[in-house]
Amino acid sequence: MRAVFLRDLAIAVRAGGGAGLALAFFLIVVVLLPLGIGPDTGALARVAPGLLWVAALLACLLSLDRIFALDAEDGSLDLIATAPVPMEGVVAAKAAAHWVVTGLPLTLAAPALGVLLNLPGPAYGWLAASLALGTPALSAIGAFGAALTVGLKRGGLLLSLLVLPMYVPTLLFGALAVVRGAAGLDAATPLLLLAGITLGSAAVLPVAAAAAIRINLR
Amino acid sequence: MSIWEYANPKRFMEVSGRLLPPVAALAVLTAGTGLVWGFFLTPDDFRQGSTVKIVFVHVPAAMMAINAWVMMLVASLIWLIRRHHVSALAARAAAPVGLTFTLIGLATGALWGQPMWGTWWEWDPRLTSFLILALFYMGYIALWQAVENPDTAADLTAVLCLVGTVFAVISRYALLFWNQGLHQGASLSVAPGERMDAAFRHPLYLCMVGFALVFVALLLVRTRTEIRARRLHALLQRERMA
Repeated sequence: MRAVFLRDLAIAVRAGGGAGLALAFFLIVVVLLPLGIGPDTGALARVAPGLLWVAALLACLLSLDRIFALDAEDGSLDLIATAPVPMEGVVAAKAAAHWVVTGLPLTLAAPALGVLLNLPGPAYGWLAASLALGTPALSAIGAFGAALTVGLKRGGLLLSLLVLPMYVPTLLFGALAVVRGAAGLDAATPLLLLAGITLGSAAVLPVAAAAAIRINLR
Repeated sequence: MSIWEYANPKRFMEVSGRLLPPVAALAVLTAGTGLVWGFFLTPDDFRQGSTVKIVFVHVPAAMMAINAWVMMLVASLIWLIRRHHVSALAARAAAPVGLTFTLIGLATGALWGQPMWGTWWEWDPRLTSFLILALFYMGYIALWQAVENPDTAADLTAVLCLVGTVFAVISRYALLFWNQGLHQGASLSVAPGERMDAAFRHPLYLCMVGFALVFVALLLVRTRTEIRARRLHALLQRERMA
């Protein structure tokens, strides 16, 4: 499992791995959205929590198909499947690697981008906390979606159609925590529920994703 | 003699072929009677006027939208556990019908909301979760269409149905934290003082039975079509091999 994790990290970091792409995409979305909404800082401050969360979600979505597709193409997924490691563990390791490459940088960069959107002062801590707690769920759910579509040649759009509805609870609680934080309220409840979703996804979805991969490799 | 005998496609075709005409006739009869009774033979509501009559389409459609998904969930479980092909095909056949009921529920709700709430759409938990349910239906149908091998497609969509159910239910209750809506609570509450008047309630019950029968009839037709399509596919493949 550790070998799979380290291998995925190494592939992502090396040239052409696209480790920074999700972050760059996040930045571009956050720059483009005010251009569409208008430069009014009051309006931006009001929509900033939701905007940052939706942008993070889209950036995460963008890199999902890489979790399994490349390995399926060059046949290494078949080799991994025959290795004496449970497929559930492989999926969990790959989802964790995906999180380290996308979710973690997004979490670290989000407060800086919050400044661009005039996010109110008290919200920064909640933003970082909610992204840190919520993005692992995005990776786990995404790994399940990627596992479903791994055998398809043009799975990209289908993957978003499958995964985005499942992102609803994560987005909802994540953004709610930041909104409440921005208003100076206590945001512990949505944060706890968010953590619950993350833990539940991390516990159950690797099993479902492993089942989907076994079906696809049959 | 057990219910699993009907999982044999041949047995299923025989029995469903005999069941289909009476079920379809009964569906037309009950749904037709219920709708005519509801539309023309009930009084106008003292506050809502004749717009109240949308309830005779809206409530049964919404009920069947959810029940169709539950039926797909059960059929997916049967497929995953017992590997009966008819079950997988029935789940596939139900999805577009369920999506249609979902869209009918949303459309009639919008038509009703405009005069009553003054808005076509409101980001209310019930409305939003129905929209999300429609997205789950679309994803499910799209996955069926995208995968070429029918058994792989059946397996993958069954897994998606299981996981999707969990997330749809979580979304439904997560939305309650997000917005308190305009939609009222239970439509068919039996609590005293909240209960719908019998003049509306009885045709509504008839419409609900009628819509359920319409669903069963459509499901039978579509499952039979799926089985025939699968047979045709197998025949064509055999011919190509020969």
